[in-house]
Amino acid sequence: MGSYILKRLVSAIPVLLGITVIVFLIMAMIPGDPATAILGSYATPENVEKINRDLGLDKPLVQRYFIWLGNMLTGDFGRSFSLNRPVLDEVLERFNATLILAGTSFVLCAVLGVLAGVVSAARQYGLADKLITFVVLIGISVPAFFLGMMMILLFAVNLRWLPVSGMYAIYGGGDLADLLRHLVMPALALAAVATGVVARLSRSAMLEVLRQDYIRTARAKGVPERRVIMGHALRVAMVSIIPVLGIQAGFVLSGAVYIEIVFQWPGVGRMLVDAILTRDILLVQGGVVFVAACYVLFNIAVDVAQSLLDPRIKT
Amino acid sequence: MSAFLKLLFRNRLAAMGAVVLGAILLLVLVTPLLPLPDPNVTDTSQRFLRPFEAAGHLLGTDHLGRDLLARLLYGTRLSLAVGFAAAVIAAFFGSAIGIVAGYFGRRTDNIIMRGVDMLMAFPYILLALAIVAALGPGLLNALIAVAAVNIPFFARNIRGITVGLAAREFVDAAKLSGKGHLRIILTEVLPNVLPVIVIAMSTTVGWMILETAGLSFLGLGSQPPVADLGSMLGEARAALITAPHTSVVPGLMIFLIVMSINLLGDGVRDALDPRLKSGALSRPRSMTRVDRKGPVREAAQKGLLDLQALETQFHVGARVYRAVGGVDLHVKKGECLGIIGESGSGKSVTALSVMGLVASPPGVITAGAVRYDGHDLLSSGYREMRQRRGENVAYIFQDPLATLHPLYKVEDQLAEAIQSHHRVSDGEARERSLELLRAVRIPNPESRLKNYPHEMSGGMRQRVGIAMALANDPDVIIADEPTTALDVTVQAQILALLDDLRRERGLAIVFITHDFGVVAQLCDRVAVMYAGRIVEEGPTKAVLDAPAHPYTKRLIACVPELGGGQRELAAIPGLPPSVDDLPPGCAFAPRCHKARDACAQGEIPLDGTPPRAVRCLYPEEAV
Repeated sequence: MGSYILKRLVSAIPVLLGITVIVFLIMAMIPGDPATAILGSYATPENVEKINRDLGLDKPLVQRYFIWLGNMLTGDFGRSFSLNRPVLDEVLERFNATLILAGTSFVLCAVLGVLAGVVSAARQYGLADKLITFVVLIGISVPAFFLGMMMILLFAVNLRWLPVSGMYAIYGGGDLADLLRHLVMPALALAAVATGVVARLSRSAMLEVLRQDYIRTARAKGVPERRVIMGHALRVAMVSIIPVLGIQAGFVLSGAVYIEIVFQWPGVGRMLVDAILTRDILLVQGGVVFVAACYVLFNIAVDVAQSLLDPRIKT
Repeated sequence: MSAFLKLLFRNRLAAMGAVVLGAILLLVLVTPLLPLPDPNVTDTSQRFLRPFEAAGHLLGTDHLGRDLLARLLYGTRLSLAVGFAAAVIAAFFGSAIGIVAGYFGRRTDNIIMRGVDMLMAFPYILLALAIVAALGPGLLNALIAVAAVNIPFFARNIRGITVGLAAREFVDAAKLSGKGHLRIILTEVLPNVLPVIVIAMSTTVGWMILETAGLSFLGLGSQPPVADLGSMLGEARAALITAPHTSVVPGLMIFLIVMSINLLGDGVRDALDPRLKSGALSRPRSMTRVDRKGPVREAAQKGLLDLQALETQFHVGARVYRAVGGVDLHVKKGECLGIIGESGSGKSVTALSVMGLVASPPGVITAGAVRYDGHDLLSSGYREMRQRRGENVAYIFQDPLATLHPLYKVEDQLAEAIQSHHRVSDGEARERSLELLRAVRIPNPESRLKNYPHEMSGGMRQRVGIAMALANDPDVIIADEPTTALDVTVQAQILALLDDLRRERGLAIVFITHDFGVVAQLCDRVAVMYAGRIVEEGPTKAVLDAPAHPYTKRLIACVPELGGGQRELAAIPGLPPSVDDLPPGCAFAPRCHKARDACAQGEIPLDGTPPRAVRCLYPEEAV
């Protein structure tokens, strides 16, 4: 197992390098003089020259890439001009908030989605199945940002159950209970679509598995139905559900951008949008590379989980 | 195509999606012709009018006093156009890349697909944001970003199809005839991948509409004063609490569009998936449905397990398949009963009906009784059935690779069989599992316990299957072709093992097979099944030596004899009848050389002097 993890980690290196190349090339697409583009109306000749020197824009493209890569490897992601602080510091701080939000949503979508799918399959064509199918259809059709806004209207404005936005109350908050109160709505809104997708997939995966001969064997042994479903069938269904969970993690991370805007969540998505609007290219670059790298590592964890679950996968 | 559309519209939800989407499309097409106010004219004296509040503003106005209905329709127009354009662009470039990679293969393929994999390693929005960051906010740039993000999806799908096509004969033929690569791609490959491209587009266009709306919502897409649905929602957010209708209107429209596309997409997928047409995708319930029309008449107990007038049917749509059409069987303690017949004769369904294991839906037990020690199992319900499964009556199935759970170790599967019925500790269960493996003569049982089924040979797996059946010392074992998937030497070992177990433990065995050799070796009595009914029954030797039913006789004649010299094997002409359309009278009559008119009229009873019986008007032997 240890050697398998190591092997997967080594195989991630070219992917991570590829990501930096792609981000670098996209950023090199900036039309015209990058310094002017970055500075906009602040583009005095001194500033332009300073930016060019800071970013090493006077050097050839390939050389610039390796300088940038080398700097990143030593933890230097550059300095955000709009925030006037190191990019890495800002990204790490913001990523922490995103992780709390997206992580919660991911756990929600995995648990609720699989559970809904299992119930739906076990009660195929029954009332629970029809209800779940209907809710799932709505869930995967509502854009996360619209759902978030409607939740604010209902639960924060009309019912006053939950705070409208933010991560902590401005006055007197800051503890875990306060965080959870702020987390409920954005986490649910963010989880909705992914939960629907996971529920659908889990349902069809379970239906497929429940028709297999070994399920009949389990029943012939007299294994109680609950265990047949939650043990025998789900165990096999998880083999096809887990890779989709990995993909959904990417969608949850993507949706977090919208949800962070709607709920004023101080995460990396909101930071990226602000950075784009202020043309803070280094911040965009650093944020994108950092989050993408984390996502690649997360997917390795998914692969490892997969191999733990299925002894037939050669490790 | 028309069959496809018919299938699509029989799906009511898909039809609903098509209608809603059609209505929206129609509406945005005629928008410029409608008497609407200019969507971009501001009038701050008319801010935030509610829907239906003022004449001329049906849906009210937004924060600048602009007519919401007009903005909604023009916004929808823009969103749909941009989403569709993004889909076309992504499909074009993605397919081009996929075709090139798939057609040329080797290095080209390798390099391109590496790149595609890298792009797919991004959460999609990061890539889109990076592109917008580089190009600057704006609707066109958002469109480019969304299209670019979706290119890898098309590239990967189309490459897969093209790889298959590139290896086909007609492509080789085109190459040999001296056509250039470009011409081959355009004339031979493209027409074949086009349908896939269109389907992939139809499933992703909803996503692209949503993604561009999302970028506009973030303020990175369409710029004021022009609005698409996303930027309308984005602008309305500031007034969410004071004027919620400005948010609800565009939000609901996005929801409607995406949902109708989803419904339609699901319908298309279902209509294209042939497995759904046969209704085979339903899962079997925990126990076969029992739906008996009348009370079962009382009968004297004949054996430990008595099947009385058992009828099992499969209800598929309007069709009724009478898989088991009134079977009476009994087996005593220590006795081995063979059930023999061709595939499709209903022998397995009969066996599975005993413990309610026939897949249901579509299976239904419609009449008869299954009595264990005089007690009718079919009227007892799931709870009691569950307790008797494995404890009183155990099964051994045909293909041990498919019937053992692939992800559980042998010891876990054996222990579970025991612990489902008896409260014993894990240690005890393990001890017992070890004994069971010894009992079925598996070498190195300790190390085998730790194996997964895929790590064992077919014969070993079947021994595990038998061990599992023995786990709770059942009185009856039903073995459903347990040796069919094994080679001959292993088969002999397994049969010997079963025979020993029967003698040692006084088991009653019901042995299902299509092999007379196996029956002769193992069974005391034999029942011959044809088209869901028993056509002949009796002690094995008597039936084999002097078959009474013409079918039995022909069946025995089909068996090649070792050392019997060369002789012509008399295959039975014709095929067994389909059990959804059984002829009246004898089901074998159409294939029988002795059949007369009377054979095809009315019910023929199973008759004879016990222990023998035959269902034939003109039997080969009087019994």
